[in-house]
Amino acid sequence: MQILDALAQGILLGGLYTLFAVGLSIMFGVMRIVNLAHGDFAILAAFLAILLVGETSFPVWLVVAITVPAFAAIGYFLQRTLFQQSLNSGPLSTLLVTFGMSIVIQNALLEAFSANPQRLDVGQLATASFPVGPIAIPYIGVLGLMLAILCIVAIELFLRRTATGRMTRAVSDDPDTARLTGANSRHIYGLATGIAFGAVAIAGLLLAARSSVEPTAGSMRLIFAFEAVVIGGLGSLWGTLVGGLSLGVVQTLVAHFDPSSSILAGHLLFLLVLAFRPQGLIPARSL
Amino acid sequence: MTEPVLALRGISKRFGEVVVAEDLDLTVAPGEAIGIVGPNGAGKSTLFSMIAGEQKPDSGAISMLGRDISSLPAQDRTRIGIGRTFQIPRPFEGMSVFENLLVFATSGAGLHGHAAYTRAAETGERVGLGDVLNAQAGSLGLLARKRLELARGLASDPTVLLLDEVAGGLTEPEVADLVELIRGVQQEGLAIVWIEHVVHALTQTVRRLACLAGGRLIADGDPFEVLDDPVVREVYLGTTLTTEEDTA
Repeated sequence: MQILDALAQGILLGGLYTLFAVGLSIMFGVMRIVNLAHGDFAILAAFLAILLVGETSFPVWLVVAITVPAFAAIGYFLQRTLFQQSLNSGPLSTLLVTFGMSIVIQNALLEAFSANPQRLDVGQLATASFPVGPIAIPYIGVLGLMLAILCIVAIELFLRRTATGRMTRAVSDDPDTARLTGANSRHIYGLATGIAFGAVAIAGLLLAARSSVEPTAGSMRLIFAFEAVVIGGLGSLWGTLVGGLSLGVVQTLVAHFDPSSSILAGHLLFLLVLAFRPQGLIPARSL
Repeated sequence: MTEPVLALRGISKRFGEVVVAEDLDLTVAPGEAIGIVGPNGAGKSTLFSMIAGEQKPDSGAISMLGRDISSLPAQDRTRIGIGRTFQIPRPFEGMSVFENLLVFATSGAGLHGHAAYTRAAETGERVGLGDVLNAQAGSLGLLARKRLELARGLASDPTVLLLDEVAGGLTEPEVADLVELIRGVQQEGLAIVWIEHVVHALTQTVRRLACLAGGRLIADGDPFEVLDDPVVREVYLGTTLTTEEDTA
């Protein structure tokens, strides 16, 4: 029975990992940018929300409704300015730029909020659960998994059913040819980054709602997200879901037997996939 | 006199020591079909890249229907009616044939919704890809890729279509099909500039042939006269140009 419980918790944790990984997957899939500051942006969003809740009397839903679109806008703006600049000067410089941003964000957060862990107060939602047979399912975990699936469905619909989405796939496939068709690749890149940042803000808020976060928590989040993307298969969003879920399940199942090996087990799964199935569990040619 | 659909004036371009165009002039009348031959490395594909706006000439001007487009970026040139195909087909491999065409119909021809769908499906049918509209473009063989390349050029509703070696690597019956298709397109009033090594495909289609060598048009006129020109024969040194021969 306890195994079943661990399995359920693992799947729900996997939902959170997926939410983190979706943005990373999109930015890599469309622009071939590995955003090393991805986790830090999530933490930044979380602290921004915590600040908003503390300074204003806004209800949490309003804070979420402000933070997520604001982050999407920040993403668009950053892509059009900083990331585009660095893309123009080669793939290595995007790594350096995002690595630099990671350091800047972490230290700015430390300066502004101290190293103390904080959490986003969402009231009962953080701890409430409902029973399914003998196991208790936390609402917030279900919310995370549902948001992850919802994000992927929404993004897939956008990519496959809208003219802008198709253009995004065309640009990701062959930017030079896509430009000939009249695509404004910079605008498209901006949109893709906006979507990625919106998703990462959701992930950050959810993380801060279910457990406390500290300014340096982003690095570990980046590693889990990165592992989820690679395990699932680069460039495939459904693969990212599979990757996130496998990572969550393996971590919690192993934690059930030996809590200290939990994180290590996740890394080992990542290593095994890299060694024996480098294309990932659900490989995709392109987005 | 009607405005030429495409006019190149004094185009020069060099890559280091290599001259790919030197004071080159070329005019294309509306609905005219021109073939361009020339030895490898003569600068034929670069010429197309300059017309399509992917590369800038070092000097000279390009105009379309009387409008100077020299400083217009590539995507705007597609919108105003310059369609091109690539020598090596470059479909969006992860997308279906239909989606490939849809992208060009949407942003190239400026169509939306149902009109774009119809145009994409029609151009697909027209080039004989009707049965594989939903197949991934990356899974197509060479002939189908060449057809898709042509269809993408057509889907953007061009006024002038630049064809870059669409017949290369195809079998004789396939070339015949393609010639049929291109002649049909031309009869609808589309101007065509066609770079090709498969000379007999050209001579069946165009009434005017130009030979590009050393960055200049060393001959320009009736296809058979151009092919008989001793200077043209000279630049094809070692290969005899006959109308039956496939030098690709």
